[in-house]
Amino acid sequence: MLWLLFFLVTAIHAELCQPGAENAFKVRLSIRTALGDKAYAWDTNEEYLFKAMVAFSMRKVPNREATEISHVLLCNVTQRVSFWFVVIDPSKNHTLPAVEVQSAIRKNRNRINNAFSLNDQTLEFLKIPSTLAPPTDPSVPIWIIIFGVIFCIVIVAITLLILSGIRQRRRKNKEPSGVDDTEDKCENMITIENGIPCDPLDMKGGHINEAFMTEDERLTPL
Amino acid sequence: MAHAPEPAPASGDLGDERPKWNNKAQYLLSCIGFAVGLGNIWRFPYLCQTYGGGAFLIPYVIALVFEGIPLFHVELAIGQRLRKGSIGVWTAISPYLSGLGLGCVTLSFLVSLYYNTILAWVLWYFLNSFQHPLPWSSCPPDLNRTGFVEECQGSSAVSYFWYRQTLNITADINDSGSIQWRLLICLAACWAVVYMCVIRGIETTGKAIYFTASFPYLVLTIFLIRGLTLPGATKGLIYLFTPKMQILQNPRVWLDAATQIFFSLSLAFGGHIAFASYNSPRNDCRKDAVVIALVNSMTSLYASIAVFSILGFKATNSYEHCLDRNILSLINEFDFPEQSISRDDYPAVLMHLTTTQPRRVARLPLKACHLEDFLDKSASGPGLAFIVFTEAVLHMPGAPGWAVLFFGMLFTLGLSSMFGNMEAIITPLLDKGVLPRWVPKEALTGLVCLACFLSATCFTLQSGNYWLEIFDNFAAPLNLLIFAFLEVVGVVYVYGMKRFCDDIAWMTGRRPGPYWWLTWRVISPLLLLTIFVAYVTLLAWKPLSYRAWNPQYELFPSRQEKLYPGWVRAACVLLSLLPVLWVPMAALAQLLTWRKRTWRDRQVRPDTDTH
Repeated sequence: MLWLLFFLVTAIHAELCQPGAENAFKVRLSIRTALGDKAYAWDTNEEYLFKAMVAFSMRKVPNREATEISHVLLCNVTQRVSFWFVVIDPSKNHTLPAVEVQSAIRKNRNRINNAFSLNDQTLEFLKIPSTLAPPTDPSVPIWIIIFGVIFCIVIVAITLLILSGIRQRRRKNKEPSGVDDTEDKCENMITIENGIPCDPLDMKGGHINEAFMTEDERLTPL
Repeated sequence: MAHAPEPAPASGDLGDERPKWNNKAQYLLSCIGFAVGLGNIWRFPYLCQTYGGGAFLIPYVIALVFEGIPLFHVELAIGQRLRKGSIGVWTAISPYLSGLGLGCVTLSFLVSLYYNTILAWVLWYFLNSFQHPLPWSSCPPDLNRTGFVEECQGSSAVSYFWYRQTLNITADINDSGSIQWRLLICLAACWAVVYMCVIRGIETTGKAIYFTASFPYLVLTIFLIRGLTLPGATKGLIYLFTPKMQILQNPRVWLDAATQIFFSLSLAFGGHIAFASYNSPRNDCRKDAVVIALVNSMTSLYASIAVFSILGFKATNSYEHCLDRNILSLINEFDFPEQSISRDDYPAVLMHLTTTQPRRVARLPLKACHLEDFLDKSASGPGLAFIVFTEAVLHMPGAPGWAVLFFGMLFTLGLSSMFGNMEAIITPLLDKGVLPRWVPKEALTGLVCLACFLSATCFTLQSGNYWLEIFDNFAAPLNLLIFAFLEVVGVVYVYGMKRFCDDIAWMTGRRPGPYWWLTWRVISPLLLLTIFVAYVTLLAWKPLSYRAWNPQYELFPSRQEKLYPGWVRAACVLLSLLPVLWVPMAALAQLLTWRKRTWRDRQVRPDTDTH
């Protein structure tokens, strides 16, 4: 009699958990992609842990605190690793609505992922969209900080240049404009170097470089 | 060596002395910096790849030898000889040609506007590169955080960051949208940096150029070394440089080579004339011209090697991802164990499955993955920098560092070109004396930068990118060709070939040889005329259209082809004609002045006349 009951229960369970059955979800794991060498093999113990995590998620739902591990059914485990699961209610003859299971899984997705050392992409619940992490916006975006730094430096540099220009001009105005004797000195130099003050040590502010001038003299035909 | 007679002194030099370069290196670096710009990075490699790889170098070198170097030598020589900016130079050669100088100044102004806007974009990306992960590496989640923003999902994270988070572009040029404050402040910062560097003319740019001209070469070398060590780099380089000789039969190749050499050397802007005018008159400008032109072309080649090794890596990466996605689809559908199909086994497995289970395989979204398709997906212009390269950088380890280096390099490249543009505007204005003597130079440069910044704010509108393309396609090319033609003809036929050769002999110690004589007299003007005619014909042939970014378009993410509305077309025509109009207008004004003067003279002395 007991054997008959056992077979009946297994048969009903088999009915409830089938690929594409009502309220059933497909799960796909990519363990080797996530962990590489440290990948673990998927065996019945891992399946037990999975059932435990699903049951744990369901127990957090009000009215479903009595969910047990035996109420979570797995079937069609493939090499991939992928399988289907359903959650049945304590009376053991119908499955819990998909919406409940979905919201429970969503709320505890992080815990389930961590139990298997996976993430949302490597532990996929097909048809259960994961909640994406909110964008980590700091209160002041980084680019504004760097922009502020650069802009301040540029403004300071401009101010310094303008001030030094004003100072230079004031100094030049104070000097007597007595550079008229350059005309006499100039006629000894090469040709028409128009406007080049021949006195290199005067206050022209470093415009003229003697090294550059001597290079020209090399080309003088005379 | 005949003793060349000294030419008459250029007027206006007696009295106030002209600023000079501190040393030759500053002058050379400034000219190189002006010539080497963003086009060397994002235009030349694209042309090289589109027009048959190594074969493109043939028309390129021919154009360099017969068009680039002669024109360049003319500009440097007259600037150095007459020692004035472009307005002064052309007025000195002939008063009827003074419009040429005014046109060059106007053109430099228009180009500065949009060139610095591109730098503002580069600055924005540069500022955003100081974070990990990079903001363009992933799509932002949508409102209820179940998926990504739809526009991003449909295109790519990189495109979304460029079109939406940077430009916030509208779907139509009619729809101007609002000013993007982020771009506006970046633009203000760019103009502040430009002002800081050109504030006292070559005194300050001469110092800044040491950094801005050499930093790009350093970064290019770093990228080259890094790029060559990345997987897939050699595939990119082989694809780039494999010569396809039959493509030389297409006349379009020759046209593009000629225009590329022309724009690459930044001829006819007046910037080189301005730089050369600060030289000492006895400088060997012939050697300078050849050296700078060669350095510019070598830089283009060097940059294309670096760029294409990175693009080869990117293409290999995309190809491998494509294969992996297909393999994953197969594994998921048929529940094979993970990583059971390697990339090499994939074709065989796919064949086997297609024969055994065709219906299931047909349902899968499998894409055809060919490496050549990914290598072909090159781009030029901003698309290369802001979409293709930013995506390539994402896959390199240490991505933020590479992004910072890359955008820093682009910024300094563009900045050194901006110096040339600004000098092309400021030097003629200074020489002309538009502001009274007591106004300091800093004020003039400040006013120019402020005017440019205010005018360029139109590019920070949401439709700004479309307007920038209009400026890039219509304001610059036609006008530059006309100005270059007038320059050569003006110097050779109006100023006089003999007088010009005498000047050069006096300046450099040798008369120009037959190569120069031939190119100046015949070959360059003819070439320019041919290019101009071909350009105008091509322009008239194609309907004026642009490609809009429209998320509602059914073939999104492809760009939607739209025609320019009437008022925009009128603006295009205006932009093309405005700089050139100065030439006939100034000639007409000069003619009327001359007429009035001779009429007045005749009134004063009525009977001493052989009329």
